[in-house]
Amino acid sequence: MSATAIPAEGPPAKARRKGARPPLPGGRRAETGAAAGFSLRRVSALLLRQVFLYRRSMIRSLEVVYWPVLDLLMWGFLSVYVARLRGGGATAIAFLIGGLILWDIFFRVQQAISVSFLEDIWTRNLVNVFVSPVSTAEFLGATMLLGVLKVTVIALLMAGLALALYAFNIFPYGPTLLPFAVNLILSAWGMGIITTALILRYGQGAEVLAWAVAFLFQPFSAVFYPVAVLPPVLQHVAWALPTTYAFEGMRAVLAGHPLPWGYVASAFGLNAVLFGIAAAVFARVMWVARELGLLMRTEG
Amino acid sequence: MYNAAVIRTTVPARPGAGPAAADGDGVIVAGHLTKRFGGVAVVDDVSFSVPAGAIVGFLGPNGAGKTTTIGMLLGLLRPSKGRVEILGLPMPEARQAILARVNFTSPYVSLPGNLTIAENLAVFARLYDVRKSRAEMEHLLDRMGLAGMASRRTGQLSSGEGTRFGLVKALLNDPEVLFLDEPTASLDPDGADRVRETLRAIRAERGMTIFYTSHNMQEVERLSDRILFLHRGRIIADGPPGEVLRQFDEDTLEQMFLDLAREGTSA
Repeated sequence: MSATAIPAEGPPAKARRKGARPPLPGGRRAETGAAAGFSLRRVSALLLRQVFLYRRSMIRSLEVVYWPVLDLLMWGFLSVYVARLRGGGATAIAFLIGGLILWDIFFRVQQAISVSFLEDIWTRNLVNVFVSPVSTAEFLGATMLLGVLKVTVIALLMAGLALALYAFNIFPYGPTLLPFAVNLILSAWGMGIITTALILRYGQGAEVLAWAVAFLFQPFSAVFYPVAVLPPVLQHVAWALPTTYAFEGMRAVLAGHPLPWGYVASAFGLNAVLFGIAAAVFARVMWVARELGLLMRTEG
Repeated sequence: MYNAAVIRTTVPARPGAGPAAADGDGVIVAGHLTKRFGGVAVVDDVSFSVPAGAIVGFLGPNGAGKTTTIGMLLGLLRPSKGRVEILGLPMPEARQAILARVNFTSPYVSLPGNLTIAENLAVFARLYDVRKSRAEMEHLLDRMGLAGMASRRTGQLSSGEGTRFGLVKALLNDPEVLFLDEPTASLDPDGADRVRETLRAIRAERGMTIFYTSHNMQEVERLSDRILFLHRGRIIADGPPGEVLRQFDEDTLEQMFLDLAREGTSA
C-alpha cells in the first residue's frame, strides 16, 4: 500500500518522513527510550499477571499461607515431642525413620493418582482417553495401581537405605506393619480420587492440590510424633483421620508392643468412610463435567 | 446479506433433516438435541440422521455449536434435551459399546508427547482392545505419510505430522463411525490432499461413516456427500453441497459461509 493510502487519521506526513512512531490516542507518544533499559512498568506488568492469576484462583492464593502454616505446625509439634523425650534417642530415630517411610507410602500413592491425571491435562490427551471405551472405574483403577507399583519400589528403596545408612532395619517389622501400610494406601487412594476430582472440576488452577493435599494430613496424623503431643482439640481431629492409626500403630509396633488390632480396625472403618466420600465426590464431579463439557477441555 | 430467520423459512425440509429424520435408522442420529449453558441454548433442537457410509461435513461459523454437538454425540457432554443414537445404540447409556466402535481426533487435542509413536499406538490399541501386528501399524503410518517414524517421540512431530498421527490413532480400531474435528487444519496442501484421499479410500474400502467439521469450504465441497450447516445452534441447511448452494443461491460454500458469518456483525 502506498503512503498516500494512509487514512486521514494516520500519522502526520512529517512524522512519517522521519520514521517516528505514530502518536498514541490522546496525543501521547510511545516511550521508546525505556525499551532497552530496566522498566518498572514491565516489572509491574509481570507482577500484574501474577495478581490476576492469584485473584482468579482461591487455591493458588491459599497456597501462599498453606506451606508456612503447615511447616510451623509440623516442626513445632515435633520440637515439643523432642523436648519431652528423656533419653530413648534410638527409639525416637526409629519412630522418625519409620514415620518417614510410611508417610511416603501415603504421599506417593496419592500423588501418583493426581499427577497421572494431570499429565493427561498437560499433554492435552484427556479427550483421547474419554472418547475411548474406558470406564471411570478403569481410569481410576489404573492410576491406583500405578500408585501401588511406585510405592512398592519407593518403600523398598527407603527401607534399604535406612538399613545401610542408619542401621535401622524395618524389614523384621514388615508383616506387622503391613496392615498399616495397606491402610495408608487406601487413605491415599481416597485422597487421590478427591484431588483428581477437584483438578477436573477446577482445572490446572487446582493442580497444586496434587502436591499439597497430602501435607494437610501430616501435622494432624501424628506422623513423626504421638497424638498426645497435639493440643486436646487437635487430638480429636487426629483420631478422626484414618492415617493417624497407621502412625500410632507403627510406633506401638516399633516400641515392641503387639500389633494394635483396634487401630487397624479403626483405620479400615475410617477408610471405608473416606472411600465412600471419594466415590461420591468423583461421581458428582463427573456429572458436572459432562454437564459443563469439562472433559472436552483441551487446556487447563 | 442473509437473515437467519429468512434462511430457515426459505430452506425447504430435506430428507435427513428435522425431527422425523431423527427417527430413521442412521448410524448417527440426533433427535431434538439441545444444550443450554446458563439460559443460553448453544445447540437448539438439532435433529439429523446420517446413513452408513456417508461423509458428512458439519459446518458453521465459530460459536455455532459444532464442538458442543460433537461432544454430545461422543458422550462427553450431556444434552439438556433430546437424544443421541450411534450405531443404533443410545448415548450415553451404551457409551462403552459405542466408543469401542467409533473414534475421534482433532488437531486441538494431542497424544502424550513424551511417548514415541509406537508406544502411543500400543497404549491406544489396548484401550480399544485391538490387536494390530507391527506390519499393520506400519501400514497405517505409511498411509498417513509417517512411515519409518514409529520410534520418533510424538512431541517431536511437526504440527502437520501430529495431525496425521492423530488420524492414525483414530483409525486404529477400524471405527465404523469416525468423528473428525478439522482433520486437515495445520496441514500443507499436499498433506491435506493425502488425508482426503485416505479418508475417501477408507470409506470406499470399509464403508466407514465420516462426520467431520472443517473451515476449509473447498475441501468440504470436494469431500462431502452431504453437509449440515449449523448457525447459532440450529441446522439451517442439510443436503448435498451442490443442492445447498442452489437453495442459498450461492456459487461457493465459502461465499455462503462468509455471508452467514458476517450476518451477525452487520446487523
